[in-house]
Amino acid sequence: MEFTLSDEQVLFQESVESFTAKQYDADKRRALSESEDGFSRAHWAHFAELGWLGLGIEEAHGGLGGTALDMAVLMEGFGRALVLEPYLSSMVMGGGALELAASEKQKSALLPALGGGALLLAFAFAEPRARYDLAKVATIAEKCGGGYLLRGHKSVVLHAASADKIIVSARTAGGVGDKAGISLFLLERAAPGVNLQSYPTVDGGRAAEVVLDEAVVTEYDLLGQEGQAHAIIEAVIDRAIIAVCAEAIGIMQTLIEMTRAYLDNRKQFGIPIGKFQVLQHQLVDMYMAHELSKALTYRAAAAIASAESAARARAVSAAKVQIGKAGSLVGQQAIQLHGGMGMTDELPLGQYFKRLTMIETLFGNTDHHRRRFAALPET
Amino acid sequence: MEITLSSADAAFQSDVRSFIEAALPGDIKSKVELGQHLEKDDYVRWHKILHTKGWAAPAWPVEYGGTDWTPLQRHLFEEELARASTPRLMPFGLSMVAPVIMAFGDAAQKQHFLPRILSCEDWWCQGYSEPGAGSDLASLTTKAVPDGTDYIVSGAKTWTTLAQYADMIFCLVRTSSEGKPQTGISFLLIDMHSPGITVRPIRTMDGGYEVNDVFFDEVRVPQANRVGEENKGWTYAKFLLGHERTGIAAIGRSKQELRQLKVIAAAEAAGDGSLAEDGAFAGKMADLEIDILALESLVLKIVADEAAGRTPGAEASILKIRGTEIQQRLSELALEAIGYYANPYIAEAQEAGWNEPPVGPEYAATVAPHYFNWRKASIYGGTNEIQKNIIAKMVLGL
Repeated sequence: MEFTLSDEQVLFQESVESFTAKQYDADKRRALSESEDGFSRAHWAHFAELGWLGLGIEEAHGGLGGTALDMAVLMEGFGRALVLEPYLSSMVMGGGALELAASEKQKSALLPALGGGALLLAFAFAEPRARYDLAKVATIAEKCGGGYLLRGHKSVVLHAASADKIIVSARTAGGVGDKAGISLFLLERAAPGVNLQSYPTVDGGRAAEVVLDEAVVTEYDLLGQEGQAHAIIEAVIDRAIIAVCAEAIGIMQTLIEMTRAYLDNRKQFGIPIGKFQVLQHQLVDMYMAHELSKALTYRAAAAIASAESAARARAVSAAKVQIGKAGSLVGQQAIQLHGGMGMTDELPLGQYFKRLTMIETLFGNTDHHRRRFAALPET
Repeated sequence: MEITLSSADAAFQSDVRSFIEAALPGDIKSKVELGQHLEKDDYVRWHKILHTKGWAAPAWPVEYGGTDWTPLQRHLFEEELARASTPRLMPFGLSMVAPVIMAFGDAAQKQHFLPRILSCEDWWCQGYSEPGAGSDLASLTTKAVPDGTDYIVSGAKTWTTLAQYADMIFCLVRTSSEGKPQTGISFLLIDMHSPGITVRPIRTMDGGYEVNDVFFDEVRVPQANRVGEENKGWTYAKFLLGHERTGIAAIGRSKQELRQLKVIAAAEAAGDGSLAEDGAFAGKMADLEIDILALESLVLKIVADEAAGRTPGAEASILKIRGTEIQQRLSELALEAIGYYANPYIAEAQEAGWNEPPVGPEYAATVAPHYFNWRKASIYGGTNEIQKNIIAKMVLGL
């Protein structure tokens, strides 16, 4: 048992810090967020050069063969600075789906471009009536000639508009809610019948409703076995959860540092407000929530590579519940302790709070994962 | 980062488990499982069994009778002790006064006291709090006035756990009123059988008797029993607080209590099924289990830091706060789980050997007293509010 980061992971941590220190002050981030893609393609190319994009890709396909834990280290660093680039959607989810479902031939065709920064992916798994149930897939893939016709509505697809290809879940058999009969397809974003309603998200990102109106894919665009995708989607989402939990760890740390500094600088009644015990204890509560969340998240990240699916699900859901509760505590208290200034758009604080709040809504909220955890026996 | 046990550690764990299973007397195990009161002899018997095996003080240096176990192995040992429902080893001698004697005591003190602590020949208690000095411990007023080669000690200590069993007490006493309150305190080892000491029981609301007032009326104590220098006692007391703190999270005990809570919830009826299947209650148990997992993760991280030679700092305060909050929550959910059967109070059922048929389920008899008793956890050892002050100052620099 080893509970510390490796030297390599520490190097990654430092390289993310040095990049964000140069590229990610509040003004630069705001400008990027308001640009057409909502992120910088130049940064993305730089990520590829630094090896960050290849991190999670198998070595056989030009990557570094890193683990969920390595990616968590990266995501924590991204959270510290609220990095906007679509690492979560394209690499963790898109790349993860390819790794788990694609044939060797598909991998050879796609992974080098993905790791090199030339290919962007999005992962369209959620639907308007599914809430957090991954089996509630109403989108239909109907066999047609040598391929399939896709019809349906995928909701809040992160960074869909900037993606070259969208990985879509659709039903090839069974009824809405059945785990069996769900398949994954690789879809050209610009193909006929793929209609995007793109919008900014409340945390400065981008997403889209993707409406499929007889979009055509060939049999070569099927990822994995037909009808067998549910377990793969679940595994991909579990990785995404670890990634956003790690991102939340970074966000919380920054919020705590900002609040700590504010308590020193802001004076009322003639003294820094950090001298007031009530406020001290609130900051201590934030600090403890963060420390506990960090320890649990990294433990879960280390577990998911090795654990079988039930143990993996338990570890992941535990982390998401912890992050959900800690996130609302840290975020809300950070605003409260900043007083009126916490409400303004002048401070970056609000951007961090908004992202942290949206993480709670992604991939199953606290209640969802508490139920999932409770339903799984201890192994 | 690797979260599974190495084969050597797994083998260690299994050795410890089989030893405890074979060695723990059945009557003691049953009392711990049922939450019944333990007597002095129960604690002492178990301590001596571990001592014979050489495992009474794994954290001590080998030269004093400890082990060469790694911090992780010590953690696993603690966990196995809890898992098997053993009585807890009293910390007052083993992990409180002994490290202070090792670090600051003279040769004679080490030679006399340490073997007696290790073998449980002496039962120790702690003389810190006073009626007027709780969270503000440095304002203590129990006086030690030099008289020849002795001190004459007068004053009162309170909340002294199991002083009724004790042979020795380690005390913070005032030897000077000059300067800051912290600078006039000395650390004395006092024989509880000395003339002038009176122990008065304090009954707690759960009906139990654990804590006491201890009065000192001109008690003669050899100056040879002062640890370290006169007026430096506060430094030694702080050293004590920083020592061996991961155990304070009591993760193993909490995991064991959670197992018991699940047994109770599965046995209790609710609606058409069991309480364990009730959505609201299952959610509360899941939250608590996740809290335990998170705290355990932090403990493992601190254990790893220790193994790498980094001494844990104010993290110990997090362990104290969260550890006790979790213990209290466990007691609260157990109380909730047993419903109406929280009400009957059968004093005899708190003790072993009561042979009347139980009122309600057997597990219910001690649940409410345990809940009441366990309110102490967030108060003792420095209240949780004081722990937050420590974190605010030491970690956050406020």
